[in-house]
Amino acid sequence: MRTVDALDGNAIGGLLREVFRAEMTAAPGTCVACGTTAPVAEAVVYLRAPGTVVRCRTCGSLLMVFVRKEGMTCVDLRGLAALDAPPA
Amino acid sequence: MARAAVLGRLTWQVATLTATRDETATAKTLVLDVPGWPGHLAGQHVDVRLTAPDGYTAERSYSIASPPDGDRLELTVQRIADGEVSPYLTETLEAGDQLELRGPIGGWFVWDPDSAAPVLLVAGGSGVVPLMSMIRARARAGSGNKVPFRLIYSVRTPADALYADELTKRARDDSLGLSYVYTRMAPPGGPAPGRISATVIASAGWPARSPEPPAVFVCGPTGFVEAAARLLIDAGHAPARIKTERFGPTGT
Repeated sequence: MRTVDALDGNAIGGLLREVFRAEMTAAPGTCVACGTTAPVAEAVVYLRAPGTVVRCRTCGSLLMVFVRKEGMTCVDLRGLAALDAPPA
Repeated sequence: MARAAVLGRLTWQVATLTATRDETATAKTLVLDVPGWPGHLAGQHVDVRLTAPDGYTAERSYSIASPPDGDRLELTVQRIADGEVSPYLTETLEAGDQLELRGPIGGWFVWDPDSAAPVLLVAGGSGVVPLMSMIRARARAGSGNKVPFRLIYSVRTPADALYADELTKRARDDSLGLSYVYTRMAPPGGPAPGRISATVIASAGWPARSPEPPAVFVCGPTGFVEAAARLLIDAGHAPARIKTERFGPTGT
């Protein structure tokens, strides 16, 4: 079995565009658990978890989960205290 | 221009393969014609979608290797032996065939050609692809206008280096700083194989503390990116100046 390396938020730029209708990889997100604010591009991303799992690079807490089902994308953002628009 | 390339609704578009170029024994560049392509920034990627006759679809992200150039788009695809998508793209797809893609995607890992800061590019394996788009975009700037660029490129052996001839040419004609790190087998007469190190960063990179701190882009497999980013921070580069992009087996 091959272990699957975690990627980063750059890998979900397309998915985020679908959900937010905007470029979000440069958007600063704040972790509920540790308070760190970092661009989504720097988050830890697992594409092949059940759904797409996004974790805080500082503390490892869950930030976002995306699950596609029957043409819909279910989005769980409970791990984010804030998600701002990307800098212009 | 930057905004135009990153905003707007993301829709699947049909691209036609017009030509291919072998880059190494296992990597191929796909030259695509994408009618109505909105343009892109160096460093962005596209999502490619393949659909089987039974409706099963597979999606993968591929970095754009070419600079902005009308409806023409080049992707360099590394074939993964047991991959689901890359063997099809590199072995089955022929000129005239079509595929679906959407993009450009990403606004973080991009180089702004109007920026005056010197640039340090650090690539591991096929992580050089989005960095090549930056190198090519810079090559288009007027000769008096080129910001200093340096590339540190880590590959297993010389035969694994993508764009080797073009990089040599750009180093010669285009003042691109170019340093290779060979991890498995090095050319005879040079340093022994090794991994990227503090010594390499110090000799082939830019000093972190300079009047105009360099912008740093690191792209490669996850382990390589973590190691390189740590070395860069140890060398004094501000974390906020280091942009990273990781890819892995999921990018097959």
